[in-house]
Amino acid sequence: MKFSDEFEARFAEMVPHYPTKRSALVPTLLYAQDEVGFLSNEVIAELAGRLDLTELEVRNVISYYSMLTTKPRGKFNVQVCTNISCLVRGGEEILHHCAKKLGVGHKGTTADGLFTLEEVECIGACSWAPAAQVNYDFHENLTAEKIDKVLDEYRKKAAQ
Amino acid sequence: MADLVSHPDEVKVVSRRFGQGATNIDRYLELDGYKAVRKALGMEPDAIINEVKNSGLRGRGGAGFSTGMKWSFVPKQSAKPKYVLCNGDESEPGTCKDRLIFEHDPHAVIEGVMIGGLAVGARSGYIYIRGEYRYLSNIMQKAIRDAYAKGFLGKNIFGSGRDFDIYWHGGAGAYEVGEESALMESLEGKRGIPRIRPPFPAVVGLWGGPTVINNAETLASVPHIMLGGAEWYAKIGTPKNGGTRLFCLSGNVARPGVYELPMGYSLKKMIYEVGGGIPSGRRLKAVVPGGSSTPCLTDDEIDINMDFDSVAKAGSMLGSGGVVVIDDAQCIVKFALRTMKFYQHESCGWCIPCREGTDWLKKTLVRFHAGGGVQKDIDNMRYLSENMLGRTFCPLGDAAAMPMIAFVKKFRKEFEDHLEGRPCPYEKEGAVEELPVLAH
Repeated sequence: MKFSDEFEARFAEMVPHYPTKRSALVPTLLYAQDEVGFLSNEVIAELAGRLDLTELEVRNVISYYSMLTTKPRGKFNVQVCTNISCLVRGGEEILHHCAKKLGVGHKGTTADGLFTLEEVECIGACSWAPAAQVNYDFHENLTAEKIDKVLDEYRKKAAQ
Repeated sequence: MADLVSHPDEVKVVSRRFGQGATNIDRYLELDGYKAVRKALGMEPDAIINEVKNSGLRGRGGAGFSTGMKWSFVPKQSAKPKYVLCNGDESEPGTCKDRLIFEHDPHAVIEGVMIGGLAVGARSGYIYIRGEYRYLSNIMQKAIRDAYAKGFLGKNIFGSGRDFDIYWHGGAGAYEVGEESALMESLEGKRGIPRIRPPFPAVVGLWGGPTVINNAETLASVPHIMLGGAEWYAKIGTPKNGGTRLFCLSGNVARPGVYELPMGYSLKKMIYEVGGGIPSGRRLKAVVPGGSSTPCLTDDEIDINMDFDSVAKAGSMLGSGGVVVIDDAQCIVKFALRTMKFYQHESCGWCIPCREGTDWLKKTLVRFHAGGGVQKDIDNMRYLSENMLGRTFCPLGDAAAMPMIAFVKKFRKEFEDHLEGRPCPYEKEGAVEELPVLAH
Protein backbone atom coordinates (compact mmCIF):
# COMPACT_ATOMS: atom_id res chain seq x y z
CA MET A 1 0.00 0.00 0.00
CA LYS A 2 1.59 3.23 -1.12
CA PHE A 3 0.48 6.68 -0.05
CA SER A 4 1.89 9.99 -1.28
CA ASP A 5 4.99 11.51 0.31
CA GLU A 6 2.80 14.29 1.68
CA PHE A 7 0.58 11.76 3.44
CA GLU A 8 3.59 9.94 4.86
CA ALA A 9 5.18 13.16 6.11
CA ARG A 10 1.96 14.21 7.80
CA PHE A 11 1.43 10.78 9.32
CA ALA A 12 4.97 10.63 10.67
CA GLU A 13 4.55 14.10 12.15
CA MET A 14 1.14 13.44 13.66
CA VAL A 15 1.57 10.13 15.49
CA PRO A 16 4.04 11.42 18.14
CA HIS A 17 1.58 14.20 19.02
CA TYR A 18 -0.42 11.75 21.11
CA PRO A 19 0.33 9.43 24.03
CA THR A 20 -1.52 6.61 22.23
CA LYS A 21 -1.05 5.68 18.58
CA ARG A 22 -4.71 5.19 17.76
CA SER A 23 -5.43 8.84 18.56
CA ALA A 24 -4.19 9.72 15.07
CA LEU A 25 -6.85 7.48 13.51
CA VAL A 26 -9.74 9.81 12.62
CA PRO A 27 -7.83 12.54 10.75
CA THR A 28 -5.58 9.89 9.16
CA LEU A 29 -8.59 8.02 7.78
CA LEU A 30 -9.87 11.20 6.16
CA TYR A 31 -6.51 12.05 4.59
CA ALA A 32 -6.20 8.47 3.31
CA GLN A 33 -9.69 8.62 1.87
CA ASP A 34 -8.84 11.87 0.10
CA GLU A 35 -5.96 10.11 -1.68
CA VAL A 36 -7.55 6.78 -2.52
CA GLY A 37 -11.12 8.02 -3.02
CA PHE A 38 -12.60 5.69 -0.40
CA LEU A 39 -11.50 3.50 2.49
CA SER A 40 -10.69 0.27 0.70
CA ASN A 41 -9.95 -3.02 2.43
CA GLU A 42 -6.31 -2.40 1.65
CA VAL A 43 -6.33 1.05 3.30
CA ILE A 44 -8.10 -0.33 6.36
CA ALA A 45 -5.63 -3.19 6.74
CA GLU A 46 -2.68 -0.85 6.29
CA LEU A 47 -3.82 1.73 8.83
CA ALA A 48 -4.90 -0.94 11.33
CA GLY A 49 -1.39 -2.39 11.11
CA ARG A 50 0.30 0.96 11.53
CA LEU A 51 -1.78 1.98 14.55
CA ASP A 52 -1.78 -1.41 16.31
CA LEU A 53 -5.52 -1.89 15.86
CA THR A 54 -7.60 -4.70 14.46
CA GLU A 55 -9.35 -4.09 11.15
CA LEU A 56 -12.63 -4.41 13.02
CA GLU A 57 -11.66 -1.60 15.37
CA VAL A 58 -10.91 0.62 12.38
CA ARG A 59 -14.20 -0.29 10.66
CA ASN A 60 -16.04 0.42 13.89
CA VAL A 61 -14.69 3.97 13.85
CA ILE A 62 -15.30 4.45 10.12
CA SER A 63 -18.99 3.60 10.42
CA TYR A 64 -19.49 6.35 12.97
CA TYR A 65 -18.25 9.33 10.95
CA SER A 66 -20.47 10.63 8.17
CA MET A 67 -17.63 11.79 5.91
CA LEU A 68 -15.91 8.40 5.85
CA THR A 69 -16.95 5.84 3.26
CA THR A 70 -15.90 2.32 2.35
CA LYS A 71 -17.57 2.55 -1.08
CA PRO A 72 -16.11 4.40 -4.07
CA ARG A 73 -17.80 7.67 -4.97
CA GLY A 74 -17.60 10.17 -7.79
CA LYS A 75 -14.57 12.37 -8.34
CA PHE A 76 -16.60 15.30 -7.04
CA ASN A 77 -18.82 14.81 -4.01
CA VAL A 78 -21.62 17.36 -4.23
CA GLN A 79 -22.90 17.85 -0.68
CA VAL A 80 -25.99 20.02 -0.51
CA CYS A 81 -27.07 21.25 2.91
CA THR A 82 -30.81 21.23 3.61
CA ASN A 83 -30.61 21.90 7.34
CA ILE A 84 -32.73 24.67 8.89
CA SER A 85 -30.89 27.82 7.75
CA CYS A 86 -30.57 26.43 4.24
CA LEU A 87 -34.10 24.97 4.29
CA VAL A 88 -35.78 28.36 4.75
CA ARG A 89 -33.69 29.81 1.93
CA GLY A 90 -34.33 27.11 -0.65
CA GLY A 91 -31.77 24.40 0.16
CA GLU A 92 -34.17 21.63 -0.81
CA GLU A 93 -34.79 23.24 -4.18
CA ILE A 94 -31.03 23.29 -4.78
CA LEU A 95 -30.83 19.60 -3.86
CA HIS A 96 -33.71 18.65 -6.16
CA HIS A 97 -32.23 20.76 -8.92
CA CYS A 98 -28.91 18.90 -8.61
CA ALA A 99 -30.72 15.55 -8.51
CA LYS A 100 -32.49 16.38 -11.73
CA LYS A 101 -29.42 17.75 -13.43
CA LEU A 102 -27.19 14.85 -12.42
CA GLY A 103 -29.90 12.23 -12.71
CA VAL A 104 -29.07 10.64 -9.35
CA GLY A 105 -30.58 10.59 -5.87
CA HIS A 106 -29.07 10.92 -2.41
CA LYS A 107 -25.69 9.15 -2.34
CA GLY A 108 -26.02 8.26 -6.01
CA THR A 109 -23.10 8.53 -8.44
CA THR A 110 -23.35 9.56 -12.10
CA ALA A 111 -22.59 6.89 -14.70
CA ASP A 112 -19.41 8.70 -15.77
CA GLY A 113 -18.15 8.53 -12.19
CA LEU A 114 -17.74 12.29 -12.01
CA PHE A 115 -20.33 13.31 -9.45
CA THR A 116 -21.84 11.88 -6.30
CA LEU A 117 -24.79 13.74 -4.82
CA GLU A 118 -25.36 13.84 -1.11
CA GLU A 119 -27.85 15.62 1.14
CA VAL A 120 -25.81 16.66 4.15
CA GLU A 121 -26.33 18.09 7.61
CA CYS A 122 -25.20 21.60 8.55
CA ILE A 123 -21.83 22.50 7.01
CA GLY A 124 -21.43 25.81 8.86
CA ALA A 125 -22.47 28.11 6.05
CA CYS A 126 -25.72 29.22 7.69
CA SER A 127 -25.29 32.96 7.16
CA TRP A 128 -24.51 32.34 3.48
CA ALA A 129 -27.34 29.90 2.81
CA PRO A 130 -28.26 27.99 0.79
CA ALA A 131 -24.90 26.32 0.54
CA ALA A 132 -23.14 23.22 -0.71
CA GLN A 133 -19.67 21.76 -0.56
CA VAL A 134 -18.07 20.07 -3.54
CA ASN A 135 -15.38 17.95 -1.93
CA TYR A 136 -13.99 20.54 0.48
CA ASP A 137 -14.86 23.71 -1.46
CA PHE A 138 -17.72 25.82 -0.17
CA HIS A 139 -20.26 27.28 -2.60
CA GLU A 140 -22.61 29.71 -0.95
CA ASN A 141 -25.63 31.96 -1.54
CA LEU A 142 -26.67 29.43 -4.18
CA THR A 143 -29.34 29.69 -6.83
CA ALA A 144 -30.20 27.08 -9.45
CA GLU A 145 -28.19 29.06 -12.05
CA LYS A 146 -25.24 29.37 -9.71
CA ILE A 147 -25.05 25.66 -8.91
CA ASP A 148 -25.35 24.89 -12.63
CA LYS A 149 -22.28 27.00 -13.25
CA VAL A 150 -20.45 25.39 -10.34
CA LEU A 151 -21.14 21.87 -11.65
CA ASP A 152 -20.10 22.88 -15.17
CA GLU A 153 -16.81 24.22 -13.81
CA TYR A 154 -16.05 20.89 -12.17
CA ARG A 155 -16.98 19.05 -15.33
CA LYS A 156 -14.53 21.24 -17.24
CA LYS A 157 -11.87 20.69 -14.60
CA ALA A 158 -12.25 16.93 -15.01
CA ALA A 159 -11.93 17.16 -18.79
CA GLN A 160 -8.62 19.03 -18.56
CA MET B 1 -14.07 32.22 1.91
CA ALA B 2 -17.14 33.48 3.70
CA ASP B 3 -18.26 37.09 3.21
CA LEU B 4 -17.85 39.55 6.07
CA VAL B 5 -20.54 42.04 7.07
CA SER B 6 -20.59 44.96 9.45
CA HIS B 7 -23.05 47.14 11.32
CA PRO B 8 -22.48 50.34 13.37
CA ASP B 9 -23.81 48.68 16.55
CA GLU B 10 -21.09 46.08 16.45
CA VAL B 11 -18.41 46.02 19.15
CA LYS B 12 -15.46 44.27 17.58
CA VAL B 13 -13.45 42.29 20.09
CA VAL B 14 -13.09 38.74 18.78
CA SER B 15 -13.68 39.95 15.24
CA ARG B 16 -11.41 42.98 15.40
CA ARG B 17 -8.71 41.33 13.30
CA PHE B 18 -11.15 39.87 10.74
CA GLY B 19 -10.21 40.96 7.24
CA GLN B 20 -6.85 42.35 8.46
CA GLY B 21 -4.59 39.60 7.16
CA ALA B 22 -3.92 38.30 10.69
CA THR B 23 -3.39 34.72 9.48
CA ASN B 24 0.10 36.02 8.71
CA ILE B 25 2.00 35.81 11.99
CA ASP B 26 3.94 39.05 11.42
CA ARG B 27 0.73 40.92 10.72
CA TYR B 28 -0.79 39.32 13.82
CA LEU B 29 2.15 40.61 15.86
CA GLU B 30 1.56 44.14 14.53
CA LEU B 31 -2.05 43.84 15.71
CA ASP B 32 -1.05 43.25 19.37
CA GLY B 33 -0.59 39.54 18.74
CA TYR B 34 1.08 37.31 21.37
CA LYS B 35 1.15 40.22 23.84
CA ALA B 36 -1.54 38.62 26.01
CA VAL B 37 0.32 35.34 26.44
CA ARG B 38 3.53 37.24 27.30
CA LYS B 39 1.56 39.08 29.97
CA ALA B 40 0.09 35.80 31.24
CA LEU B 41 3.59 34.30 31.52
CA GLY B 42 4.36 36.92 34.16
CA MET B 43 1.24 36.13 36.18
CA GLU B 44 0.39 33.52 38.79
CA PRO B 45 -2.07 30.87 37.51
CA ASP B 46 -4.69 31.94 40.05
CA ALA B 47 -4.39 35.54 38.90
CA ILE B 48 -5.13 34.47 35.31
CA ILE B 49 -8.13 32.44 36.43
CA ASN B 50 -9.44 35.33 38.53
CA GLU B 51 -9.07 37.74 35.64
CA VAL B 52 -11.14 35.45 33.39
CA LYS B 53 -13.67 34.85 36.19
CA ASN B 54 -14.09 38.58 36.80
CA SER B 55 -14.55 39.28 33.10
CA GLY B 56 -17.86 37.41 33.15
CA LEU B 57 -16.80 35.31 30.16
CA ARG B 58 -19.18 32.37 29.76
CA GLY B 59 -18.79 29.38 27.44
CA ARG B 60 -19.63 30.33 23.88
CA GLY B 61 -20.31 26.75 22.82
CA GLY B 62 -23.80 26.98 24.22
CA ALA B 63 -23.88 26.00 27.88
CA GLY B 64 -22.82 29.44 29.10
CA PHE B 65 -20.79 28.16 32.03
CA SER B 66 -18.27 30.57 33.58
CA THR B 67 -14.93 29.96 31.86
CA GLY B 68 -12.84 31.05 34.84
CA MET B 69 -14.85 28.76 37.09
CA LYS B 70 -14.31 25.84 34.70
CA TRP B 71 -10.57 26.44 34.77
CA SER B 72 -10.57 26.58 38.57
CA PHE B 73 -11.93 23.01 38.75
CA VAL B 74 -8.69 21.57 37.38
CA PRO B 75 -6.68 20.13 40.26
CA LYS B 76 -3.37 21.88 40.94
CA GLN B 77 -1.51 18.62 41.38
CA SER B 78 -1.95 15.78 38.96
CA ALA B 79 0.04 12.61 38.36
CA LYS B 80 -1.14 12.57 34.75
CA PRO B 81 -0.47 15.36 32.25
CA LYS B 82 -3.11 18.08 31.96
CA TYR B 83 -4.49 19.27 28.64
CA VAL B 84 -6.34 22.16 27.04
CA LEU B 85 -8.71 21.15 24.27
CA CYS B 86 -10.20 23.69 21.90
CA ASN B 87 -13.57 22.61 20.58
CA GLY B 88 -13.79 23.66 16.95
CA ASP B 89 -16.25 20.97 15.92
CA GLU B 90 -18.85 23.67 15.21
CA SER B 91 -21.82 21.68 13.91
CA GLU B 92 -24.91 23.11 15.57
CA PRO B 93 -27.29 24.03 12.74
CA GLY B 94 -27.44 27.82 12.50
CA THR B 95 -23.88 28.31 13.74
CA CYS B 96 -20.99 29.49 11.56
CA LYS B 97 -18.90 31.75 13.80
CA ASP B 98 -15.90 29.58 14.71
CA ARG B 99 -15.36 29.21 11.01
CA LEU B 100 -14.65 32.94 10.73
CA ILE B 101 -12.35 32.88 13.76
CA PHE B 102 -10.23 30.08 12.26
CA GLU B 103 -10.29 31.74 8.85
CA HIS B 104 -9.28 35.24 9.98
CA ASP B 105 -7.61 34.98 13.37
CA PRO B 106 -6.16 31.49 14.00
CA HIS B 107 -3.36 32.83 16.22
CA ALA B 108 -5.92 34.23 18.67
CA VAL B 109 -7.12 30.66 19.24
CA ILE B 110 -3.53 29.49 19.74
CA GLU B 111 -2.96 32.29 22.23
CA GLY B 112 -6.18 31.43 24.05
CA VAL B 113 -5.15 27.79 24.36
CA MET B 114 -1.73 28.82 25.70
CA ILE B 115 -3.22 31.17 28.31
CA GLY B 116 -5.66 28.43 29.35
CA GLY B 117 -2.68 26.09 29.65
CA LEU B 118 -0.75 28.53 31.84
CA ALA B 119 -3.82 29.00 34.05
CA VAL B 120 -4.39 25.30 34.72
CA GLY B 121 -0.80 24.09 34.53
CA ALA B 122 -1.08 22.17 31.26
CA ARG B 123 1.87 21.85 28.93
CA SER B 124 0.03 20.90 25.78
CA GLY B 125 -3.15 21.69 23.97
CA TYR B 126 -5.15 20.35 21.04
CA ILE B 127 -7.22 22.32 18.56
CA TYR B 128 -9.95 20.09 17.16
CA ILE B 129 -11.52 21.28 13.88
CA ARG B 130 -14.42 19.54 12.17
CA GLY B 131 -13.54 17.50 9.08
CA GLU B 132 -15.66 19.56 6.70
CA TYR B 133 -13.51 22.63 7.49
CA ARG B 134 -10.49 21.36 5.57
CA TYR B 135 -9.38 24.80 4.41
CA LEU B 136 -9.48 25.99 8.00
CA SER B 137 -7.41 23.00 9.13
CA ASN B 138 -4.80 24.06 6.58
CA ILE B 139 -4.86 27.63 7.92
CA MET B 140 -4.59 26.38 11.51
CA GLN B 141 -1.78 23.91 10.77
CA LYS B 142 0.21 26.70 9.14
CA ALA B 143 -0.46 29.06 12.06
CA ILE B 144 0.83 26.44 14.51
CA ARG B 145 3.96 25.84 12.38
CA ASP B 146 4.62 29.59 12.20
CA ALA B 147 4.24 29.94 15.97
CA TYR B 148 6.77 27.11 16.49
CA ALA B 149 9.17 28.74 14.01
CA LYS B 150 9.09 31.97 16.04
CA GLY B 151 9.74 30.13 19.29
CA PHE B 152 6.29 30.95 20.66
CA LEU B 153 5.52 27.24 20.98
CA GLY B 154 7.73 24.32 21.92
CA LYS B 155 10.58 24.44 24.40
CA ASN B 156 11.29 27.57 26.44
CA ILE B 157 8.48 29.69 25.00
CA PHE B 158 9.36 33.39 24.77
CA GLY B 159 12.53 32.57 26.70
CA SER B 160 10.45 31.94 29.82
CA GLY B 161 11.97 28.55 30.58
CA ARG B 162 8.53 26.98 30.15
CA ASP B 163 7.40 24.55 27.45
CA PHE B 164 4.09 24.47 25.63
CA ASP B 165 2.96 22.40 22.65
CA ILE B 166 -0.13 22.79 20.51
CA TYR B 167 -1.36 20.22 18.01
CA TRP B 168 -4.05 20.31 15.38
CA HIS B 169 -6.63 17.53 15.27
CA GLY B 170 -9.38 16.93 12.72
CA GLY B 171 -12.79 15.28 12.75
CA ALA B 172 -14.55 13.40 10.00
CA GLY B 173 -18.19 14.41 10.21
CA ALA B 174 -20.16 14.06 13.45
CA TYR B 175 -22.32 16.58 15.32
CA GLU B 176 -22.20 14.52 18.48
CA VAL B 177 -18.45 15.03 18.72
CA GLY B 178 -19.13 18.65 19.70
CA GLU B 179 -20.23 17.30 23.08
CA GLU B 180 -17.14 17.53 25.27
CA SER B 181 -16.78 13.91 26.35
CA ALA B 182 -17.53 12.61 22.83
CA LEU B 183 -14.94 15.10 21.57
CA MET B 184 -12.31 13.45 23.76
CA GLU B 185 -13.32 9.99 22.55
CA SER B 186 -12.93 11.18 18.97
CA LEU B 187 -9.53 12.67 19.72
CA GLU B 188 -8.49 9.34 21.21
CA GLY B 189 -9.31 7.68 17.89
CA LYS B 190 -12.66 6.17 18.78
CA ARG B 191 -16.33 6.53 17.92
CA GLY B 192 -17.68 9.76 19.38
CA ILE B 193 -19.75 8.19 22.15
CA PRO B 194 -20.21 10.35 25.26
CA ARG B 195 -18.67 9.34 28.57
CA ILE B 196 -20.55 9.09 31.81
CA ARG B 197 -19.98 11.96 34.23
CA PRO B 198 -18.77 12.32 36.93
CA PRO B 199 -15.82 12.27 36.74
CA PHE B 200 -15.82 15.52 34.80
CA PRO B 201 -13.15 16.23 32.18
CA ALA B 202 -11.53 18.81 34.47
CA VAL B 203 -10.55 15.87 36.69
CA VAL B 204 -10.41 12.89 34.31
CA GLY B 205 -10.26 13.87 30.65
CA LEU B 206 -8.02 13.12 27.69
CA TRP B 207 -6.09 9.90 28.27
CA GLY B 208 -7.18 10.14 31.90
CA GLY B 209 -5.53 13.51 32.52
CA PRO B 210 -7.32 16.64 33.76
CA THR B 211 -8.62 18.49 30.70
CA VAL B 212 -10.07 21.91 30.08
CA ILE B 213 -12.40 22.00 27.08
CA ASN B 214 -13.49 25.34 25.68
CA ASN B 215 -15.19 26.48 22.52
CA ALA B 216 -13.03 28.28 19.94
CA GLU B 217 -14.83 31.62 20.42
CA THR B 218 -14.36 31.38 24.19
CA LEU B 219 -10.63 30.79 23.82
CA ALA B 220 -10.29 33.51 21.18
CA SER B 221 -11.88 35.96 23.66
CA VAL B 222 -9.31 35.23 26.37
CA PRO B 223 -6.32 37.16 24.92
CA HIS B 224 -8.50 40.27 24.59
CA ILE B 225 -9.52 39.95 28.23
CA MET B 226 -5.89 39.61 29.31
CA LEU B 227 -4.95 42.79 27.43
CA GLY B 228 -8.05 44.93 27.99
CA GLY B 229 -8.69 43.77 31.55
CA ALA B 230 -11.60 41.98 33.15
CA GLU B 231 -13.39 45.18 34.04
CA TRP B 232 -13.35 46.53 30.49
CA TYR B 233 -14.64 43.24 29.09
CA ALA B 234 -17.36 42.78 31.71
CA LYS B 235 -18.65 46.31 31.07
CA ILE B 236 -19.33 45.59 27.40
CA GLY B 237 -22.04 43.11 28.28
CA THR B 238 -24.76 42.88 30.91
CA PRO B 239 -24.31 41.81 34.55
CA LYS B 240 -23.00 38.21 34.71
CA ASN B 241 -22.77 38.14 30.91
CA GLY B 242 -19.46 39.73 30.04
CA GLY B 243 -18.31 40.88 26.66
CA THR B 244 -19.55 40.33 23.17
CA ARG B 245 -20.96 37.49 21.17
CA LEU B 246 -20.60 36.48 17.57
CA PHE B 247 -24.21 36.17 16.45
CA CYS B 248 -24.74 34.16 13.27
CA LEU B 249 -27.81 35.71 11.74
CA SER B 250 -29.37 33.43 9.15
CA GLY B 251 -32.64 32.50 7.53
CA ASN B 252 -35.25 34.93 6.24
CA VAL B 253 -33.52 38.24 6.94
CA ALA B 254 -32.39 40.86 4.44
CA ARG B 255 -28.76 40.97 5.63
CA PRO B 256 -27.70 37.64 7.09
CA GLY B 257 -24.15 37.42 8.42
CA VAL B 258 -21.98 37.04 11.50
CA TYR B 259 -22.20 40.18 13.66
CA GLU B 260 -20.31 40.79 16.87
CA LEU B 261 -22.71 42.50 19.25
CA PRO B 262 -22.54 43.21 22.96
CA MET B 263 -24.09 40.58 25.22
CA GLY B 264 -27.65 41.64 25.98
CA TYR B 265 -28.30 43.22 22.59
CA SER B 266 -31.99 43.35 21.70
CA LEU B 267 -33.17 40.41 19.59
CA LYS B 268 -35.78 42.59 17.94
CA LYS B 269 -33.15 45.14 16.91
CA MET B 270 -30.88 42.35 15.73
CA ILE B 271 -33.54 41.08 13.34
CA TYR B 272 -35.01 44.38 12.17
CA GLU B 273 -32.05 46.78 12.27
CA VAL B 274 -28.86 44.76 12.07
CA GLY B 275 -30.38 42.11 9.82
CA GLY B 276 -32.51 44.60 7.88
CA GLY B 277 -35.82 42.88 8.67
CA ILE B 278 -37.77 40.24 6.80
CA PRO B 279 -37.49 40.55 3.00
CA SER B 280 -40.15 40.23 0.30
CA GLY B 281 -42.90 41.87 2.36
CA ARG B 282 -43.10 38.78 4.56
CA ARG B 283 -43.73 38.77 8.31
CA LEU B 284 -41.78 37.15 11.09
CA LYS B 285 -43.22 33.83 12.21
CA ALA B 286 -40.60 32.55 14.64
CA VAL B 287 -36.93 32.74 15.50
CA VAL B 288 -34.59 30.06 16.77
CA PRO B 289 -32.35 32.14 19.06
CA GLY B 290 -29.28 29.96 19.66
CA GLY B 291 -28.90 27.09 17.21
CA SER B 292 -31.27 24.26 16.35
CA SER B 293 -31.42 22.83 19.88
CA THR B 294 -32.94 25.96 21.39
CA PRO B 295 -36.74 26.38 21.65
CA CYS B 296 -38.11 28.81 19.08
CA LEU B 297 -39.60 32.16 20.04
CA THR B 298 -42.71 33.57 18.35
CA ASP B 299 -42.95 37.09 16.93
CA ASP B 300 -44.40 38.46 20.18
CA GLU B 301 -41.57 36.94 22.25
CA ILE B 302 -38.64 38.69 20.60
CA ASP B 303 -38.54 41.79 22.76
CA ILE B 304 -35.70 40.34 24.82
CA ASN B 305 -32.04 40.92 25.48
CA MET B 306 -29.66 38.39 24.02
CA ASP B 307 -27.69 37.25 27.04
CA PHE B 308 -27.70 33.83 28.69
CA ASP B 309 -29.99 34.81 31.59
CA SER B 310 -32.55 36.90 29.66
CA VAL B 311 -33.05 34.26 26.95
CA ALA B 312 -33.36 31.56 29.63
CA LYS B 313 -36.02 33.69 31.34
CA ALA B 314 -37.90 33.81 28.04
CA GLY B 315 -37.98 30.00 28.03
CA SER B 316 -35.21 29.37 25.55
CA MET B 317 -31.41 29.44 25.44
CA LEU B 318 -28.74 31.73 24.06
CA GLY B 319 -26.98 28.57 22.94
CA SER B 320 -24.31 28.80 20.29
CA GLY B 321 -25.31 32.20 18.88
CA GLY B 322 -27.06 30.85 15.79
CA VAL B 323 -30.10 33.09 15.24
CA VAL B 324 -32.33 31.51 12.59
CA VAL B 325 -35.15 33.75 11.40
CA ILE B 326 -38.28 32.06 10.02
CA ASP B 327 -40.82 34.02 7.96
CA ASP B 328 -44.53 33.30 7.49
CA ALA B 329 -43.99 31.47 4.20
CA GLN B 330 -42.36 28.59 6.11
CA CYS B 331 -44.17 25.58 7.49
CA ILE B 332 -43.32 24.93 11.14
CA VAL B 333 -44.15 21.24 10.79
CA LYS B 334 -41.65 20.97 7.96
CA PHE B 335 -39.12 22.97 10.00
CA ALA B 336 -39.66 20.65 12.97
CA LEU B 337 -39.31 17.64 10.67
CA ARG B 338 -35.99 18.89 9.30
CA THR B 339 -34.75 19.57 12.82
CA MET B 340 -35.72 16.07 14.04
CA LYS B 341 -34.29 14.46 10.91
CA PHE B 342 -31.01 16.07 11.89
CA TYR B 343 -31.07 14.77 15.48
CA GLN B 344 -32.11 11.31 14.34
CA HIS B 345 -29.19 11.27 11.91
CA GLU B 346 -26.71 12.52 14.51
CA SER B 347 -27.81 10.47 17.53
CA CYS B 348 -24.91 8.15 18.30
CA GLY B 349 -27.32 5.41 19.33
CA TRP B 350 -25.59 4.76 22.64
CA CYS B 351 -28.60 5.42 24.86
CA ILE B 352 -32.16 4.36 24.15
CA PRO B 353 -34.25 7.47 24.91
CA CYS B 354 -32.24 9.46 22.36
CA ARG B 355 -31.82 6.75 19.73
CA GLU B 356 -35.45 5.65 19.79
CA GLY B 357 -36.91 9.03 20.67
CA THR B 358 -35.35 10.98 17.80
CA ASP B 359 -36.22 8.20 15.34
CA TRP B 360 -39.82 8.06 16.51
CA LEU B 361 -40.18 11.84 16.34
CA LYS B 362 -38.76 11.94 12.84
CA LYS B 363 -40.97 9.11 11.59
CA THR B 364 -44.08 10.68 13.11
CA LEU B 365 -43.25 14.03 11.53
CA VAL B 366 -42.60 12.51 8.10
CA ARG B 367 -46.03 10.89 8.19
CA PHE B 368 -47.62 13.95 9.75
CA HIS B 369 -46.24 16.40 7.20
CA ALA B 370 -47.37 14.16 4.37
CA GLY B 371 -50.94 14.37 5.63
CA GLY B 372 -51.06 11.03 7.46
CA GLY B 373 -51.26 12.49 10.94
CA VAL B 374 -53.94 11.95 13.56
CA GLN B 375 -54.92 14.26 16.42
CA LYS B 376 -53.23 12.03 19.00
CA ASP B 377 -49.84 12.40 17.27
CA ILE B 378 -49.58 16.00 18.39
CA ASP B 379 -49.73 15.21 22.09
CA ASN B 380 -47.72 12.04 21.60
CA MET B 381 -44.84 14.02 20.11
CA ARG B 382 -44.89 16.38 23.05
CA TYR B 383 -45.21 13.57 25.58
CA LEU B 384 -42.39 11.66 23.97
CA SER B 385 -40.14 14.74 23.96
CA GLU B 386 -40.91 15.50 27.57
CA ASN B 387 -39.91 11.97 28.46
CA MET B 388 -36.58 12.32 26.70
CA LEU B 389 -35.68 15.45 28.68
CA GLY B 390 -32.97 14.76 31.22
CA ARG B 391 -33.10 11.01 30.58
CA THR B 392 -30.31 10.74 28.05
CA PHE B 393 -26.60 10.10 28.48
CA CYS B 394 -25.59 13.43 26.95
CA PRO B 395 -27.39 16.63 25.98
CA LEU B 396 -28.19 15.48 22.42
CA GLY B 397 -31.50 14.03 23.59
CA ASP B 398 -32.42 17.30 25.27
CA ALA B 399 -31.28 19.18 22.18
CA ALA B 400 -33.91 17.33 20.16
CA ALA B 401 -36.64 17.37 22.79
CA MET B 402 -36.49 21.05 23.76
CA PRO B 403 -37.21 22.56 20.33
CA MET B 404 -39.83 19.87 19.60
CA ILE B 405 -41.79 20.75 22.73
CA ALA B 406 -41.73 24.44 21.74
CA PHE B 407 -42.90 23.73 18.18
CA VAL B 408 -45.92 21.80 19.43
CA LYS B 409 -46.70 24.20 22.26
CA LYS B 410 -46.41 27.39 20.24
CA PHE B 411 -47.65 26.26 16.85
CA ARG B 412 -50.30 23.72 17.70
CA LYS B 413 -52.69 25.22 15.16
CA GLU B 414 -50.18 24.66 12.38
CA PHE B 415 -49.92 21.01 13.35
CA GLU B 416 -53.72 20.76 13.36
CA ASP B 417 -53.84 22.27 9.88
CA HIS B 418 -52.04 19.17 8.62
CA LEU B 419 -54.65 16.77 10.04
CA GLU B 420 -57.28 14.69 8.23
CA GLY B 421 -55.22 13.99 5.19
CA ARG B 422 -54.87 17.63 4.25
CA PRO B 423 -51.70 18.28 2.30
CA CYS B 424 -49.26 20.74 3.83
CA PRO B 425 -50.78 24.19 3.30
CA TYR B 426 -47.33 25.66 2.73
CA GLU B 427 -46.02 23.16 0.21
CA LYS B 428 -45.61 24.53 -3.27
CA GLU B 429 -47.54 22.79 -6.00
CA GLY B 430 -45.74 19.84 -7.54
CA ALA B 431 -43.23 19.69 -4.69
CA VAL B 432 -40.79 16.87 -5.19
CA GLU B 433 -41.07 13.89 -2.91
CA GLU B 434 -38.26 12.87 -0.62
CA LEU B 435 -35.33 11.48 -2.53
CA PRO B 436 -34.81 7.74 -2.28
CA VAL B 437 -31.85 6.70 -0.15
CA LEU B 438 -29.62 4.42 -2.14
CA ALA B 439 -27.45 1.78 -0.58
CA HIS B 440 -24.16 3.25 0.53
